[in-house]
Amino acid sequence: MDYAIAFLIGGLICGLGQLILDSTTLAPGHMLVFFTVIGAIAGGFGLYQPFLEFAKAGALIPVTGFGASIAKGSLLEAERTGIIGLFTGAFEFTGQGLAVAVFFSVIAALFFNPKS
Amino acid sequence: MPSKKAGQKMKKMPKTAQAAQHQKREQRAYKQLVAEKQRKPLYFKNFIVAFVAGGVVCTMGQAILAFFMKQGLDINAAAAPTLAVIILFGIILTAFGIYDEFAQFAGAGAAVPITGFANTITAAAIDFKREGWVFGMGAKMFIVAGPVIVYGILSGVFAAFIKFIIWS
Repeated sequence: MDYAIAFLIGGLICGLGQLILDSTTLAPGHMLVFFTVIGAIAGGFGLYQPFLEFAKAGALIPVTGFGASIAKGSLLEAERTGIIGLFTGAFEFTGQGLAVAVFFSVIAALFFNPKS
Repeated sequence: MPSKKAGQKMKKMPKTAQAAQHQKREQRAYKQLVAEKQRKPLYFKNFIVAFVAGGVVCTMGQAILAFFMKQGLDINAAAAPTLAVIILFGIILTAFGIYDEFAQFAGAGAAVPITGFANTITAAAIDFKREGWVFGMGAKMFIVAGPVIVYGILSGVFAAFIKFIIWS
């Protein structure tokens, strides 16, 4: 059941992104920024957490989940340590993914060349 | 004098003004027909392709998430290793050039999942290393992912700030 919901919700978010790309002149980069901001706002107001618990990977894997994680970390740290936590918490959940992406991208660049 | 010859040929081409106009009208009608035929099925087809491709990526993510949740982690704790694994997966596919082919066919279905985010970083790192390791790769690997991080932080911290003010 979790798999079906993840497929449906994740697929819908991606399909929506494709509709935005096809029906507007926005570049993929704009669309990704738009989705991240939507996720971040939803995350900041605590709306993304119930959505995550319902759709699981369907909410976690799309880039909206990245934005929501930034807001979630910020809010969590702010509640724990006060206003400065807004900034210390920004990378609490996303920092690890970024570190993995940067570290292994450099490794990939060391060993691989552009295909075309 | 090739230019003069071309000019003479051009003069021979239009028969009468009427015929030329007719041809133009036909061309316009044809273009309209092509545009109509192309647009409608493309929206739907692209949506379905992106839907299925994105859905498959998320289903794979769900399998990884389920694995970590089985180890006794709750969803918030399992999210981090899940993202790490699927990001790594995206990087490996990008390095071998497979993800770019997938992206060409799947569109947003490949771009919206976090693997697409990893793909933009890895692809930029591989592409820009020829401009140097520091100002090429080091500076430009976030050429697509950078705006996502910038506006993610901007809006995320701001939204958290608003919520924090209301909450406290």
